[in-house]
Amino acid sequence: MEYIQGIAILIGINLIAVLGLCILTGFTGLFSFGHGGFMAIGAYISAIMTARLNLPFSVAILAGGLSAGLISVFIGQLTLKLKGDYFCIATMGFGEAVRVILNNVEYCGGARGWADLPKLTSWWVVLLLDIVCLVLTWNLINSRQGRNLIAVREEELAAQMAGVNVFRFKMIALIVSAVLAGVSGALMANYLQFLRPTMFNMAKSTDLTIMVIFGGLGSISGTVLGTILLVSLPEVFRNFAQWRLVIYGLAVIVIMVGRPKGIMGGMELTPAGIRKVLAARRAKAKLEAEVKAAEQGDAA
Amino acid sequence: MDQFLQQLVNGLSIGSVYALMAVGYSLVYSIMNFSNFAHGSVIMLGAYFGFFSLTLLGVPFSVAFFVAALGAAVIAVLLERLAYKPLRDRRAPFLYFIITAMGASIFIDNSVIATIGPTPKTFPSDLLPGFFQGDPFEFGALTIGRVDIAMFVVAAICLALLVFFIDFTKLGKAIQATAYNIKAAALMGINPNFIIILVFAIGGGLAGAAGILYGMKYQVFPQMSAITLKSFIAAVFGGLGSLSGALLGSLLLALIETFISGYLSTQYRDLFAFGILIAMLVVRPSGIMGKNIEDKA
Repeated sequence: MEYIQGIAILIGINLIAVLGLCILTGFTGLFSFGHGGFMAIGAYISAIMTARLNLPFSVAILAGGLSAGLISVFIGQLTLKLKGDYFCIATMGFGEAVRVILNNVEYCGGARGWADLPKLTSWWVVLLLDIVCLVLTWNLINSRQGRNLIAVREEELAAQMAGVNVFRFKMIALIVSAVLAGVSGALMANYLQFLRPTMFNMAKSTDLTIMVIFGGLGSISGTVLGTILLVSLPEVFRNFAQWRLVIYGLAVIVIMVGRPKGIMGGMELTPAGIRKVLAARRAKAKLEAEVKAAEQGDAA
Repeated sequence: MDQFLQQLVNGLSIGSVYALMAVGYSLVYSIMNFSNFAHGSVIMLGAYFGFFSLTLLGVPFSVAFFVAALGAAVIAVLLERLAYKPLRDRRAPFLYFIITAMGASIFIDNSVIATIGPTPKTFPSDLLPGFFQGDPFEFGALTIGRVDIAMFVVAAICLALLVFFIDFTKLGKAIQATAYNIKAAALMGINPNFIIILVFAIGGGLAGAAGILYGMKYQVFPQMSAITLKSFIAAVFGGLGSLSGALLGSLLLALIETFISGYLSTQYRDLFAFGILIAMLVVRPSGIMGKNIEDKA
């Protein structure tokens, strides 16, 4: 039971960061290689606050999230106005830079790692924060701001023409995703009780993005599904550990080439979402029947 | 002064390998306008091709070098055909290309780890030609490794051939035209599909050459693909999509890196590389030689 609870907590912790990436990549169309860096900032800030300064955990989580958010403003200012891959490459450089800096900070254990952190993350804290984050992202996506984000993803130029401040909305998406990554890092630090800079390398960043892609770009319920699947599957198939990433990499290519929307892709697993899909199916069937009838009429 | 010259030589030799990587990456960027993040994996595979043809097949070094370049070129073209072509045909958004490239890179790197294993492999020196055996050359207080000389000379020859090809042949002009405007070039009778395959083949071939040289200087290991991060930085530094920019950026980046590790500390070398990237984005995002990339829209 404890084992299952452990996996559930890991799912919950990852979900917070993945929800942020769902907004950034899934809804706004920006691709980041560096969210492991934001997670690392949240994790180390929270670890310093709880282990060194003996501050309450709530303050530590808040500080972890906010400091990641602050740094994202700086990265965003530099790169979001530029066209093309600059954002990608800069986030990649940022993530690696955070890791190299942490490797050299002896106050936080350096490259060897930092053990014996207080264990403050309990399942109900994770559950509570998950619900808060889900409600927040859901409301954000279904608000006017959320529609602007989607407009930016779909057609930047047209969105700009229609009066959407593209830079501002890209920035909002980046800040939200960085804050969520920071919060997730803070929970991670005080759950695993151990931190090491390599935990937040580029592989971690891409892992988070892969969860968004599996679930489906532009679907929150898909993101939740993708996170649950991809965090728990490796636990089930321990023996295939070394093939895990081979399969993930291949699956990402296949998804992008074959079904770019992922498992859920643009659909939501809510009563309204299901009704919408069913209605679309019925409409299609009806259209096909009409076409068939018309063809038969022609033949006759 | 001696140390200065020594660092200069080190920087030039490693910079020439960065240049081989960055040029291939930049060529693809100039045509397709997306960062081929799987470029590093192609470099790594090239190094393995060279290593195994030398140790398992026992072919002479020159053939192994050729196999590395050719094998990497084939992989790069396969990647284009199997992963990027379907996306191009569908006019998929830019985001999908980056995600696919990331997937390809994860797939290739981890396939190598799962099959060959993560342990680094060293080129056996007795299988290398006579030139590589023996002590490094010494000029006064200056020592120059034999691999370093080979790196510089081979990279210089490859890059000179590339510049000649791009600037003075009809096909090279076609590549330039396609980079300038792919639609207009297609209307003038240039087959964009053929140009894209050609560019991936050239980039892959240079990547293979870079891979085997880098593997000889250090070792061959799956995480090697991460050093392409340096070629991305070099390409941004020099100006994304510009060949001369990629060249200049690579040399400058390598020089700065070797001077940092020579005079300060190796630990901060990578940090400076990223610092340069950030500084460049603040001061002049289009790089030293790059076109204006501020979004006009």
